[in-house]
Amino acid sequence: MRTKLLPRPLQSLALLLTWLLLANEFSLGQLLLGALFAVVLPQLVAPFQISAPRVRRLSVLAGLVVRVLGDIVVANLQVARNVLGRNSQLRPAFISLPLDIEHDVAKVMLASIVTLTPGTVSADLSRDRRHLLIHTLTTDDCDTLVRVIKQRYETPLREAFEC
Amino acid sequence: MLTLALQAALTLTAVALLLNVVRLLRGPSLPDRVLALDTLYINALALIILASMLWRTTLHFEAAVLIAAIGFFSTVAVAKFLCRGDIIE
Amino acid sequence: MPVLLELVIALLLLTGALFTLIGAIGLVKLTDFYMRLHAPTKATTLGLGAMLIGSMLYFTQLHGELSVHELLIALFLFLTAPVSAHMLAKAALHLRLPTIARTSGRELVADDDASDPRSR
Repeated sequence: MRTKLLPRPLQSLALLLTWLLLANEFSLGQLLLGALFAVVLPQLVAPFQISAPRVRRLSVLAGLVVRVLGDIVVANLQVARNVLGRNSQLRPAFISLPLDIEHDVAKVMLASIVTLTPGTVSADLSRDRRHLLIHTLTTDDCDTLVRVIKQRYETPLREAFEC
Repeated sequence: MLTLALQAALTLTAVALLLNVVRLLRGPSLPDRVLALDTLYINALALIILASMLWRTTLHFEAAVLIAAIGFFSTVAVAKFLCRGDIIE
Repeated sequence: MPVLLELVIALLLLTGALFTLIGAIGLVKLTDFYMRLHAPTKATTLGLGAMLIGSMLYFTQLHGELSVHELLIALFLFLTAPVSAHMLAKAALHLRLPTIARTSGRELVADDDASDPRSR
C-alpha cells in the first residue's frame, strides 16, 4: 500500500511540514490541505525524480546536521576575519578533493556542506564525477584540509546512507 | 530599544545594498555582476523582514518568500546560460 | 515585552545586519571573483538567518502565538545559497575568469579546461 499512496514517505512529510510552515497556522483545515498536497504532489512529479539514497542511520545524519550548523557559525566568524583583514594576507588556492561516496545526491550534499563550512567553496565537479574542485581563501596545508573534510563530513555521510 | 536596534540594522543593510550596487556597476565580468545581483536580492529580503518588524505586520512575508524563490531560480538560470549559452538542454 | 527578550532580539538583528554588511564589504573589497564568492555565500546567509530568528521571536511575542514561517525562508536560503555559489563558480571557470597570481593549485583548473571537449 505504501508504494501506491506514498511512494516517498519522507518527501511527503517534508511537503506537509512545508505547507504548515507556509500557512503559519496549525489547524485541521490546513492539516488536511497539506496532507492532500503530500499525497498528490509526489505522484505528479514522479517522472522527473531521480533515485534518492536510503537513509540507513538517522542518528548519524542528525549528528551531521548539528555539526554542520555549528561549523556554519565558525565559518562566518572566519570569513568575517578574512574580509576585514588585509587582502595581502589571504592565500587563495584551488584544491582537488577525491570523492569516495558513490551516490549523486550524497555528492550534492557534500558539495553544499563544503560551501557552507569554514574556508571552502565547492567550485566544480570533474567530468568523471570523482573529484570535487574546491576554492579556499587560506591555505596552510592542503592535505590536512582534504583529510579534515573527508573525516568530518564525508565519513558521516557515507555511514548515514551506506553508499 | 528595539526600535533603535531596528533602525540601526536597517541602516547597516542599506549600506550593504549600496556596496552591492558598487560591485554590480564595477563588474568587471558577468559572473561578478550576477553574484552582486544574487547578494542584492538576499539583502533586499533582509530589508523587507526588518521593515515588516518595524511596521508590526506579517503581510510582507509572502513577498519575501516569492523574492527568495524567484531570485534563486534566476541566478541559477543566468549561471547556466553563462556556462552553456543556453538555458534548456 | 520582557527586557531580556527585547535584548536578545535586538542583538540577533544587529549581528544579522553586521554579517550582511560584512558580506557586502567582502564583495567590494576582495580581489578576484573566486575570493569574492566566499563573502556573500557565507556571511549573507547566516546574517539573514540571524535576522529571521529575531523576527520569529518578535512576532511570536507580539501576536501571542507561535510564528514559524520565517523558518521556511531560512531553510530555503541555506539550501539554495551553496547551489547558486556552485553554479556561479562553474560559470566563472568556464569563462576562465582570471585568478590573482598567488593562487596556488591553478594547474587543477587548467587541467579541467584541457579535458573539456567544448574548449579548444
